Amino acid sequence: METFLEQLPIVVGSLNVGFLQTLKLFVVTLLGSLPLGLIIALGSMTKFKPIQILTKSVVWVIRGTPLMIQLLIIYYMPGLAFNNHFWGSGEDGRFLAAAVAFIFNYACYLSEIYRGGLQGIPVGQDEAGVVLGMTKSQIFFKVKLLQMIKRIVPPVSNEIITLVKDTALARMIALQEIIWAGEAFLKGSHGIAGAIWPLFFAALYYLVFTGVLTVLLGKLEKKLDFFKI
Amino acid sequence: MLRVENVEKYFGRTKVLEDISFELKQGEVLAIIGSSGSGKTTLLRCINLLEQPTKGKIYIYDELLLDAELPKAKFDKDIRKKHLHFGLVFQNFNLFPQYTAKKNVMLAVELLAKERPDYKANKDKILKEIEEEAEQLLIKMNLQDRIDHYPHQLSGGQQQRVAIARALALHPDILCFDEPTSALDPELTGEVLKVIRDLADENMTMIIVTHEMSFARDVADRIIFMDEGRIIEEGPAKKLINNPQTDRLKDFLTRVEV
Ligand SMILES: Nc1ncnc2c1ncn2[C@@H]1O[C@H](COP(=O)(O)OP(=O)(O)OP(=O)(O)O)[C@@H](O)[C@H]1O
Ligand SMILES: [Mg+2]
Repeated sequence: METFLEQLPIVVGSLNVGFLQTLKLFVVTLLGSLPLGLIIALGSMTKFKPIQILTKSVVWVIRGTPLMIQLLIIYYMPGLAFNNHFWGSGEDGRFLAAAVAFIFNYACYLSEIYRGGLQGIPVGQDEAGVVLGMTKSQIFFKVKLLQMIKRIVPPVSNEIITLVKDTALARMIALQEIIWAGEAFLKGSHGIAGAIWPLFFAALYYLVFTGVLTVLLGKLEKKLDFFKI
Repeated sequence: MLRVENVEKYFGRTKVLEDISFELKQGEVLAIIGSSGSGKTTLLRCINLLEQPTKGKIYIYDELLLDAELPKAKFDKDIRKKHLHFGLVFQNFNLFPQYTAKKNVMLAVELLAKERPDYKANKDKILKEIEEEAEQLLIKMNLQDRIDHYPHQLSGGQQQRVAIARALALHPDILCFDEPTSALDPELTGEVLKVIRDLADENMTMIIVTHEMSFARDVADRIIFMDEGRIIEEGPAKKLINNPQTDRLKDFLTRVEV
């Protein structure tokens, strides 16, 4: 018991550092992929064929292959194939590579959700806007956007919760996120070795975080309850 | 003020409208009747530039509004201005669900006002006028106690009256209705028909596609009867209903109750 109490602050400190990295990757991925997903969705819905085919193929490839492979390729390819150590060698470089892989991957998944949300809006909404003399962009931003958001909040919430757990994949390129931090105490770190309980603590971090997110997203869904579609 | 000349419309290989020509005078109320699938909605959508006819021309105030020979109307740079000649009230209302009744009425007017050169200087005054007019229109539609309600909080009849106010807010030259009461419970049709009747009394120029024969007879000045994409009979409303000339119209009138 005494040693546990001695080890606790060391482990928590280490997990906190790892969790900060997890949190950073989570926030940056969301900030990047939420808008990028919308652009990809509009690209895949445009009547201009080359753009449509290009975006649809990219989405197909990204969704059809594991995020883990994308992560490894994005991180290692510049150095190994082009001898260009684009990402550098530090933790910052690994973070950047992870962020790029995650943003693209999630943007592609989100784009499909956005597309479904937009296509589910009755064509009468468009036509009502058109006969009222609105421009295409006015119809999108003033009429359809909020209706789309209302439709997609539940599926996007699912993606967001999945993302929290997916950030652990960044460990593949040695990003020192929270599981990496917890795992270190199995092998030995800070004079602690063979300890499994730090991983339970790491799980607890996830549980609390996803719990908080679930509550917040539920609030957002409630907020959009003022109208029905 | 409106002249439709030889309009024809194909959907793929199906001919839906054939050689449609008619004129509409200022202040006139025209009803279009006919059985399901006869092309009434398609005709209204062509006039409202939502559908491109395969042949024909449409003029408003002697200005060429649409010529099927020319590139599609939706690529026309003046298309938005052309849309503003018309108001269209849909069968299923198509209100914007995230806005209150008042905001539904104001939205397009506000967006249009932003393009006025004096908008920046007089913003507050302009917005206030728009809001006041929206309220006046809703009061006129008998919705004074529903101004701040959202569409889902309104009955079908109330929603349709908001939709009429929304169309009127842009001061269209011609107000078009596509079966404005077909989606309503019978006890709610009366309140909508009443406001249309009031508009007719104010000499609003209107085209009304309807299945309500007695309403068409009493409110319209003229009626067009369509069948299989063609105008079969056309004439003064009472005469056409009370004294049909063609077998097809006689047949149609015995099938629907007048
Ligand atoms: N977008 C479309 N594509 C193909 N065919 C269509 C389309 N819209 C309408 N049609 C066809 O055109 C014909 C006329 O349809 P329209 O909706 O104009 O009839 P209507 O007189 O309004 O009928 P109703 O009284 O049922 O509303 C129908 O045969 C219909 O199936
Ligand atoms: Mg119809």
